[in-house]
Amino acid sequence: MLPPEQMLELGPPVAEVTVHAVNPWVAFAYLVSGVFFILALRGLSSPATSRNGNRFGMAGMLIAVVTTLVTHDIASLPEIVAAMAIGGGIGFVIARRIAMTAMPQLVAAFHSLVGLAAVLVAIAAFLDPAAFAIVDANGAIEAVARIEMVLGAAIGAITFSGSVIAFAKLNGNMSGAPILLPGRHFINLAIVLGIAVFAFGFWSGEHAIDFWLVLALAFLIGFLLIVPIGGADMPVVVSMLNSYSGWAAAAMGFTLHNTAMIVTGALVGSSGAILSYIMCRAMNRSFISVIAGGFGAEASAAGGAAKEQRPYKRGSAEDAAFMLKQAESVIVIPGYGMAVAQAQHALREMGDLLKKEGVSVKYAIHPVAGRMPGHMNVLLAEAQVPYDDVFELEDINSEFAQADVAFIIGANDVVNPAAKTDKTSPIYGMPVFDVDKAKTVMFIKRSMGGVGYAGVDNDVFYLDQTLMLLADAKKMVEEINKALAD
Amino acid sequence: MDFIAILSIFVLACFVGYYVVWSVTPALHTPLMAVTNAISSVIVVGALIASAAAGSPAAKWVGLVAVALASVNIFGGFAVTARMLAMYKKKDR
Repeated sequence: MLPPEQMLELGPPVAEVTVHAVNPWVAFAYLVSGVFFILALRGLSSPATSRNGNRFGMAGMLIAVVTTLVTHDIASLPEIVAAMAIGGGIGFVIARRIAMTAMPQLVAAFHSLVGLAAVLVAIAAFLDPAAFAIVDANGAIEAVARIEMVLGAAIGAITFSGSVIAFAKLNGNMSGAPILLPGRHFINLAIVLGIAVFAFGFWSGEHAIDFWLVLALAFLIGFLLIVPIGGADMPVVVSMLNSYSGWAAAAMGFTLHNTAMIVTGALVGSSGAILSYIMCRAMNRSFISVIAGGFGAEASAAGGAAKEQRPYKRGSAEDAAFMLKQAESVIVIPGYGMAVAQAQHALREMGDLLKKEGVSVKYAIHPVAGRMPGHMNVLLAEAQVPYDDVFELEDINSEFAQADVAFIIGANDVVNPAAKTDKTSPIYGMPVFDVDKAKTVMFIKRSMGGVGYAGVDNDVFYLDQTLMLLADAKKMVEEINKALAD
Repeated sequence: MDFIAILSIFVLACFVGYYVVWSVTPALHTPLMAVTNAISSVIVVGALIASAAAGSPAAKWVGLVAVALASVNIFGGFAVTARMLAMYKKKDR
């Protein structure tokens, strides 16, 4: 045996060094897998090509997994197969059983798993760097790899704990209202600084304690960042966490020198970032203001009691059915309330009944309707509303002037004209549907008391042409259907 | 591969991602999130490497847990995306 100092001089065994010479075919296989992931997203440019795109995604994943398995000496194949079978089985069953209205929670839960997996991979790389071929000549972890690892671990940890909170808020385990800690911006800043300091410490000294401290602080800041953000800002949060899960995968890809992981991480990272941007633009709010949290808390606290009572017209299901039958064109605007009441199937039935009467029925969807990007589209698709009847804000907004009925079900802020006229309103500048231009407006709402997420009153309630249908959305639509069928 | 080669791939992939994602129709934004979720589980590659190596038993078990978590996502993510996409239908005329 050599004394330890001489061991260090000799360096690690040769095998660990040669792993760096990547077999070109292996690199090529990971590249193909990365390209397949690009094609998977490309397919989503239209519903017609999307199913093929998803198959490309699955193929890409298969290539990545098989390539990894055949190019490494596997000491524990049965355990790996068991882990995949258990995880895969759970995932498959959940995917089959989950209700479409619960999709935002599911996506948040899945994000948390990616985050946790990234953390675990980083921990494993830290415990056994030789397996990942990131050991330098002195037997220490390479300096670049140390940075990549700690970065991947931190982003993964934030993704995990943030997604857990987002899940709890979306799933109703936790109040959707923003929870505000005093001095939270200061606390968050201190934690971020702490992460930076310990990450630097890990890079310069490779002390285990720094690695674990970064992880702990990253978990903590994930919780603290999402707790003050209200329920209806969740579309931005979920997209943002989507983006983080991508960056975490990319950071681990850097550590592992793996093309598939880097390409995927970049794709997912930019996808989430773009979705966050689209959501923020649709609310005319800056990303910073969403992330700072607390939106809606002040307005609803202030505006509660002092509001004057204004006259409005209340209608019955029979009135609504009568007017809908007389109409030539109806535009339906669904919102989160429709998802809560599970009214999408009844709504589609109403559309069918009206179409039989020769009424044109279209659906108008605001980018931030619901709790995640595209939430309403999925629910309407589930209820078998053909997707060519469903329109985006900018494509349909000019049609309200010619429409006979604007039928609003479970939406509020997205039709509030204050966004166009009232500079003091918290939603000022947000693009909204011009429902006030329609000949008749029907508003399904549970009661007059409740206000939208922004906590502001809506002038549309009190227009001459507005009929308030105060009931549970599903019950009201079912009653309208009954009246239409008679 | 040296760091700069990997960085080049990463930067170019960010641009590809940018253009590809902007071309996704807003109606499919929820399936987009589900499928990006599924593909970001390619992190399973790292988990497999950790659990396959014989070097450290702790790393092996951490890796195996990561394999299981990522598998939930891979199977769940692709299956739920397929389920959603199957619902998008054109008008039958």
